[in-house]
This record gives sequence, C-alpha cells and structure tokens, in this order.
Amino acid sequence: MTAIVNISLKNGVLDSQGKAVHHALDSLHFEGIKDVRVGKQIILKIDSDDHDKVRADVTQMCEDLLANTVIEDYDIELIK
Amino acid sequence: MKVAVLQFPGTNCEYDTVYAFKKLGAITQVIWHKEESLPEDIDLVVVAGGFSYGDYLRSGAIAKFSPIMKAVKEYANNGGKVLGICNGFQVLTEARLLPGALKRNESLHFISRHHNLKVVANDNIFLEKLSVDDVINVPIAHHDGNYFIDAEGLEELYANNQVLLKYTDATGKISNPNGSVDSIAGICNKEKNVFGLMPHPERAMEILLGSDDGVKMLEGFLSA
Repeated sequence: MTAIVNISLKNGVLDSQGKAVHHALDSLHFEGIKDVRVGKQIILKIDSDDHDKVRADVTQMCEDLLANTVIEDYDIELIK
Repeated sequence: MKVAVLQFPGTNCEYDTVYAFKKLGAITQVIWHKEESLPEDIDLVVVAGGFSYGDYLRSGAIAKFSPIMKAVKEYANNGGKVLGICNGFQVLTEARLLPGALKRNESLHFISRHHNLKVVANDNIFLEKLSVDDVINVPIAHHDGNYFIDAEGLEELYANNQVLLKYTDATGKISNPNGSVDSIAGICNKEKNVFGLMPHPERAMEILLGSDDGVKMLEGFLSA
C-alpha cells in the first residue's frame, strides 16, 4: 500500500514561499491567482494491506516526525 | 562549572561554544549524540548550532530523536539548565522543550551578519548580568529563524517573562530581520531552566572579532 502525506503550513501561518511563488507567477502575467501555498509531499510504500492499521501508523508518524503540528497541517491519502 | 556541549552529525558550532565557556573558566566536554547519558555533575547542557542531519525534513526535526536527547529531556524536566543556540534552539522547539517553532526566514534568504538585540527580561539565570532594555550586538546566521507561536502562546510567554530577547537596531528600536513574531530572538520555558535563541553569543566573545557582548550573556550561567 502507498501512503501519500501532504504537509502544508496551517492557515494563519504566513507562507513566505507561497508568497514568493505568487509574486513570480504575477510577474509572468498569469492572471486570476488568488493564493499560492507551498507544501511538501512524502510518499511511503508500506508492506501491508490493513487500511486502518496503516492509517493509524502513518498518523503517528506525522505526529511524531513528519509534520510539526505547531505550524503544519497534514493529510494522508492511502492507495492500494 | 561543567558544561556539556552536544554534537550531532552536522553540528558546527560546538568548538566555538567550547572556546566561549573555556574563556569563562568552565570545564567543557563535547558529547556525541549517540551517547545515552549525560556526564554526572554537569551544570549546563548546550545544544550547539549548525545543521544537524543536514536540516533534512525540518531544522532540528531528526536530531530530537538522537539517543542523547532522551537524557537531555530528563535532565531538563528535573530542573537541569539547557541552552539551545541557533540550530540548538530549533532542536529544543522540535523536542517540545520550548514552545513555538522556527520557520523559514520571511525573506527566504540565509542571513549572516551582526545584529542588535534588546534584553526584554532578565529575571532568569541566562541574562541576569544584563539589564532590561540593554542593547547588545551578537552575530546571527540562520535560514530558519522566523519564530512562530500562536496568539495564545505569545500571551503566555509575555505573562511569564519568557520573551528574553528581541531584534532591534542600535538604539533599541525594533528591527526584524527574519519575520519572527514580535521580533523575538530568544525565549525560555516557563520554569526558566531551558533557554533558546537564534543569535550566537559564543561568536561574540572577542572585541577583535566584532563584539564581546556574548561574555555577559554566557557569564550568567557561571553564577549558578
């Protein structure tokens, strides 16, 4: 099973990289962009088909290491 | 006085830190991160600056799981004094020994220069040799020094005199190099035995090298 973890800064935490990318896109004349957020994606290949257990394990991984929950949110997507 | 200075793979300020504390007359020992215990009868643990584990994932995120950190947590929870400088500050926030987090600098640039700091609170062992509103000059060198804490946490920091240092200009007027909340450069925990700051007092020990304002800061620990 593959677990895809998407991590981004929490709402209300200024995303300087997102802002810089937004400015760059504006200067390239792409129109209508309201907001840009930059995050990171961590892809885990896990030797298990137990959906609930993998979700619980990956959640623990996020809480312990993969995300800093003081400033970041995460979501987990599982693919068979 | 005995000082233990932690060394992770990628730490690069441990010998500057040793130099600084030796200059103040302390006995120092560099402790490799694989150690599982701290030397007995030490008076201070310093988590030195650098780029532990290459700053992979987030600054300080991987170092917090090094074997020695378990001993440091225990030491801190028993009232032992811990000082985190630069990457050491990041490690201590990641390890939840200090509140908040350090984000990428607002400008996205690595900043390396001398900066002025204002003392905000001195009712703690670290800054007791300085007076509130003193302005000192200390080098900063970081990419992720943008201190963040939520509004509630910030209020608590102020209520307990945990905000120690702010970035200013030479006159003491706020001058924020990295986007930190309220221009905060250094804090401590509620119990006032764990300290963290982004600036490098250990690099401000000699007038010849631009400033010796770090002496007055680190000297505080000697009176313990």
